[in-house]
Amino acid sequence: MSTLLKATDVVKHFRTGGHAVHAVNQVSLEVRSGETLGVVGESGCGKSTLGRCLVRLTDLTSGSVEFQGQDITRLSRRALRPLRPAMQLVFQDPYASLNPRRTAGDAVAEPLRIHGYGDAAAVRNRVAELFDLVGLARAHLDRYPHEFSGGQRQRIGIARAIALDPKLVVADEPVSALDVSVQAQVLNLFADLQEELGLTYVFIAHDLGVVRHVSDRIAVMYLGEVVEVAEAEDLYAAPAHPYTEALLSAVPEIDDGSGTPRRERIVLTGDVPSPIDRPSGCSFHPRCPAAQPRCRTERPPLRQTATRQVACHYPLTP
Amino acid sequence: MTSAADKARTAAAGRAAGPSAGPWRRALARLRRNRSAVIAAAGLLLIVLACVLAPVYAGAVARTDPFTSNASGTAIVDGQRVPVLAQSTEGLGLGVTPIGPTWDPGSYLLGADNQGRDVMARLLYGGRNSLLIGLSSALLCCAIATVLGVVAGYFGGWIDAVLSRFFDVVWAFPVYLLAICLSVVLLTSGLHLGPIHIDAGSLALPVVIIALIYVPYVARPLRGQVMALRDKEFLHAAVGLGASDLRIMRREVLPNVLPTVVVFLPLMTALNMLTESALSFLSVGVQSPDASWGTIINDGLALLYTRPAITLAAGLCVGLTAVALNVLGDGVRDALDPNARLRGGA
Repeated sequence: MSTLLKATDVVKHFRTGGHAVHAVNQVSLEVRSGETLGVVGESGCGKSTLGRCLVRLTDLTSGSVEFQGQDITRLSRRALRPLRPAMQLVFQDPYASLNPRRTAGDAVAEPLRIHGYGDAAAVRNRVAELFDLVGLARAHLDRYPHEFSGGQRQRIGIARAIALDPKLVVADEPVSALDVSVQAQVLNLFADLQEELGLTYVFIAHDLGVVRHVSDRIAVMYLGEVVEVAEAEDLYAAPAHPYTEALLSAVPEIDDGSGTPRRERIVLTGDVPSPIDRPSGCSFHPRCPAAQPRCRTERPPLRQTATRQVACHYPLTP
Repeated sequence: MTSAADKARTAAAGRAAGPSAGPWRRALARLRRNRSAVIAAAGLLLIVLACVLAPVYAGAVARTDPFTSNASGTAIVDGQRVPVLAQSTEGLGLGVTPIGPTWDPGSYLLGADNQGRDVMARLLYGGRNSLLIGLSSALLCCAIATVLGVVAGYFGGWIDAVLSRFFDVVWAFPVYLLAICLSVVLLTSGLHLGPIHIDAGSLALPVVIIALIYVPYVARPLRGQVMALRDKEFLHAAVGLGASDLRIMRREVLPNVLPTVVVFLPLMTALNMLTESALSFLSVGVQSPDASWGTIINDGLALLYTRPAITLAAGLCVGLTAVALNVLGDGVRDALDPNARLRGGA
């Protein structure tokens, strides 16, 4: 599989009151054409900021992002415009990401108009087509966002994102604001669209159950860093980073009666350290049940092992 | 096949039409349910209609020309022909005393002013000017303020700093002082700014002056509102779609601040009308022989003890119109944002 998006040492700092918040710290990732890369982590670990860096919705502090082999790190907004149709974003909050004063059809038509899709009739037809594709009724074209449910609004957001046949869609917690019953529907829509349109997803979530359902590979983030990247199956079967293990142990499991032993619940002590005042060495060491003296002083790089990439001096699996 | 599909679509559209009325239509429906706003609107309509029909009244009913002095004219009161202007015998014994209200629409309903002109006819013509200046300066003011407020709030940074300082400077002047200064200069020379040429004595002059001095009053709150919108996710979404700044301001920001502008419009019309009256009262607004409610109040001032009806009538017109506009404005605000706090604080 070819590489669609490549992020190298991406760093994003925010300055607040004289302090630098290290939202994203030296993250390197590859997204391959046609795959779904899940990004998981607790809230505040920099997942969303990373997502915005990947599609250059925000400027990077340092590092680089390559999209389809082209370095887009320093491109201006104007220079990015021709690339926008190929990389799109679906937002977390379906209430905030739609303009309350524009109709659903208008919102979906906007990308078409911006990029000169065609005359009014062509745009109208395409919008109706997109409504069909995401499972919205054409009769709802002229309704305003407040008249839709959360799930329907997220469908509008998805229709807007796929309007221009993108290659890459970065979905920033697209289902976390939805009811569980609606989550499944929207996740299935994502899967159907991927199959139909050959989309590549970066799927950001804090819910491991959701990510497992959709992802081919998963990147686990902690305090702005990627600590483990592996195939979804490998990650769930045998996590290598102690943080991943703790995260997985927190996922509720259903006893299927097969007699397989349940994962032992690992309760992490302490809070997530502040991204302003990061711990020395491995950023996870203050909470790590397996921390050694070396972890306090030496930051473990993301290393390639037999099955995965992991940033730990003492990985649990090779 | 096609007709069946069409029929289905119309049916669907019909179903959709009810609940999917846009925000503007819903606001209008709410406004209609607001009794005081409806009464205010009806009153305003009456006043506007009367003023629009001023030439009809002057020409067909009163049969006078309210713009030329009529010192030797006569009027019929109680079947007797009396001069419109009588030599004053009261007070300091200077000047003349015009006839008072006759309550006869055919002949000096509200009496005459000290040049023998029909006060009622002048009141209606003056109302035209007052309303016209109030409304057009409010429109101009809101248009300028919307552009400046949106630009300042959207871009922030040095653009905002420059525009905000400009607002501060204008705001720092007492309104009337600034207006009087501008008027005194402009009324004699007219305004010549690039392609804009306004002759001295033109009605457009007070419109421009009043519009400009109130720009910060509208632009400031708009700027704040746009700044609050700046971090909304749908603006990020628009950037992500590749929209230009101009497009985002026009299509995403503007529809969200337009309700505020609409709320400001009647309030500014009232305020501008009052300002116009004040300036005209101080002889730096509408210039004689043109009339406005302000000039009529001024005319009546000299006759306040003998013929108070002149000043009272014009003052009542200004007051009633301003109150009606404010009530309507409050109603519009409530209709556009049912959750808004009642006026106060700001």
